[in-house]
Amino acid sequence: MLSAILVMAGIGLVLGAVLGWASIKYRVEDDPLVEKIDAILPQTQCGQCGFPGCKPYAEAIARGEADINKCPPGGEDGVKRLAELLGVDPKPLGEGLEPKPKSVAVIDDNTCIGCTLCIQACPVDAIVGAAKQLHVIVADQCTGCELCLPPCPVDCIHMEVVKEGVATWKWRYPVHAIRRVA
Amino acid sequence: MSRKLLTFNGGVHPEGHKDVSNATPIRLMPLLPRYLVALRQHIGGPARALVQAGDTVLRGQMIGAAEGYVSTAVHAPTSGRVLAVAPHEVPHPSGLADLCVVIESDGLDQAIEFQPLDWQALNPSALRNRIRDLGLAGLGGAVFPSFIKLNPEGAGIDTLILNGAECEPWITCDDRLMRERAAEILQGVAVMRHMLGAREVLIGIEDNKPEAIAALRAAVANEAEVVAVPTLYPTGGGKQLTYILTGRETPTGGRSTDVGVQVFNVGTAYALYRAVVLGEPMLSRVVTVTGHVATPGNYEVRLGTPVTDLLAAAGGALPGATGELVGGPMMGFDLEDRASPITKAVNCLIVKDRAHFPASPLILPCIRCGACARACPADLQPFEMYWFARAKDFGKSQSYDLFDCIECGCCTYVCPSHIPLVDFFRFAKSEIWERERHKQDADQARARHEFKAFRLEREKREKAGKLAAKVAENKARDAAAALGGAETASDPEAEHKKAILQAALERAKKAKESVTPQNTENLPPAVEKQIAEIEARRAGAEITQPETGNSPS
Ligand code: SF4
Ligand code: SF4
Ligand code: SF4
Ligand code: SF4
Repeated sequence: MLSAILVMAGIGLVLGAVLGWASIKYRVEDDPLVEKIDAILPQTQCGQCGFPGCKPYAEAIARGEADINKCPPGGEDGVKRLAELLGVDPKPLGEGLEPKPKSVAVIDDNTCIGCTLCIQACPVDAIVGAAKQLHVIVADQCTGCELCLPPCPVDCIHMEVVKEGVATWKWRYPVHAIRRVA
Repeated sequence: MSRKLLTFNGGVHPEGHKDVSNATPIRLMPLLPRYLVALRQHIGGPARALVQAGDTVLRGQMIGAAEGYVSTAVHAPTSGRVLAVAPHEVPHPSGLADLCVVIESDGLDQAIEFQPLDWQALNPSALRNRIRDLGLAGLGGAVFPSFIKLNPEGAGIDTLILNGAECEPWITCDDRLMRERAAEILQGVAVMRHMLGAREVLIGIEDNKPEAIAALRAAVANEAEVVAVPTLYPTGGGKQLTYILTGRETPTGGRSTDVGVQVFNVGTAYALYRAVVLGEPMLSRVVTVTGHVATPGNYEVRLGTPVTDLLAAAGGALPGATGELVGGPMMGFDLEDRASPITKAVNCLIVKDRAHFPASPLILPCIRCGACARACPADLQPFEMYWFARAKDFGKSQSYDLFDCIECGCCTYVCPSHIPLVDFFRFAKSEIWERERHKQDADQARARHEFKAFRLEREKREKAGKLAAKVAENKARDAAAALGGAETASDPEAEHKKAILQAALERAKKAKESVTPQNTENLPPAVEKQIAEIEARRAGAEITQPETGNSPS
């Protein structure tokens, strides 16, 4: 009887050791929690959260080093979804952070000198152009991060709010008078 | 030989009001001085404009080409001159403007040469492309491009159903079309059948249209069966009609093609006849004008006709009218602007009055009576979906098969608490679509950001490699030159770059100066004189400024 117990305990120990070693040896590079958080972040890559992009912010949240209400493009809705994922209470956006309407950058083609500085700043390579050639922003790919504005030496980039069109229009939340039940 | 018909669950019996508009033959609208052709006539991609302001066009000339897969062409409704290609009000629940081609008629109504297609000889793929370029889209309300639905590949369609149910109250355009143009409709059906390879053709018509049933039965030989189906809203729903006629149930989230059935509206069959047999692009459609107007009836209207003109042709709205409804009372929406043109999607225009369309009553809380669920033809639980849509918990409402809702309005119709359930479902659906769009945008941005990081990393490595090579080279040279010439302190390359940037800055500054006042070119002499005077005054003011001062002390 005793030997049986010892054998079982021995097997348990060995297997446990193997598992422990395997978990170190074959550690998955990407933390699944970071991936999940990153999937909620809007990928504007604007750095307003204080981190150089969405992924670093996601990593900081996962490590417990950053609060969940630091991303203005994600808005209240984004905070709510992060709170749901992490099982914490939602809260309003951080002090001084406010979501802006979705905009895209536009280059004034009369003024652009083709210096390529904005291309280097754009986190998603949404600007096409070569040295000394007029640069153009691909509106579909622009996230509206505004990072290309400060580097431009001739201030020829401005943001334009994306207008609602027939294709992107949404039905409004129905507002109807509700009769008070006396 | 009577077919065994099934009945779907639910459905309602709203008052028909069909007799208001179905007594008179279809009337032709006179030629108008101006048309506004919307480039977006249906879901999917809008057409790409092929004309610009100043161009002259002929009737039937393609003015917008199909762009992307779910798209069809649009054509000039008459001959004349293009005044503009610009945003204009369109009949859409949003009331937003969309791109339209504005055409001023020359009064001649000259047409391009229409070329009938030898459809029996053409191969199906070529025929489909022609049908797309002729602008064919479903006229039943959903306005899906027809050429896509006429693709039989892999679908295994054995039954073609022609939808003549016209179950929405007030609307009678299909009724009149079937009564008056049955033979032409059947010619269109023959083309459809040829393209789909369907064995059986069923024409379903609600039994409140005996004249239409008689007309089609008289015209049909044995190529199709005309079936009278009991009047019950929404019999005209594709899935519902399929079930009634064939007993086949369309799976959740699927289409009728999944069960071997393709459904077309009778109006589409007629348009297909005109397109293929006569070679004429889709230029007009039959529109019911009914309700509180002087002469309600059906009108053959060129696409692009402003609503104002159509109402005028119908004798104008009677006193006491309270607005217009596009489509029927169950699924239609309020027209925001009467300047909007008729599009392929507009089958009916109802002028409302207080007696038939009273102000919506105040809504009460849901009492969970289940009436909406019993009325739902899609076997959904509207009160559950409503509960979550109202709380903006879209995931939950989706889990109740929100996307199987056909927005028929039966639930709203029966709700004793007058809750506008469909409005909530439309709201929830469009929110979910937007999230889907945002997610796609975010995925694209993430991928592009990651690629940029990868690219920078690669470039850095390459640069480091080059630098190492250069350093080694320099060292070798230095060693060879030993105590040779004097070293320049600054890097000549950097100097050169700086100079280029400086020059470019200067150029840009000049360009900005010369370009900014764009509205001062090509001015009439009078205005130029005025400007010169103002400039002179300004110059004077500048000189005197320091003297007059502007400090209040
Ligand atoms: S603020 Fe939001 S969108 Fe901007 S980088 Fe941070 S996480 Fe990304
Ligand atoms: S174009 Fe400018 S605003 Fe747009 S993503 Fe690139 S850097 Fe950001
Ligand atoms: S019919 Fe109206 S009150 Fe009855 S369960 Fe449905 S939503 Fe609630
Ligand atoms: S609108 Fe949707 S939920 Fe309401 S009855 Fe029709 S299919 Fe059912």
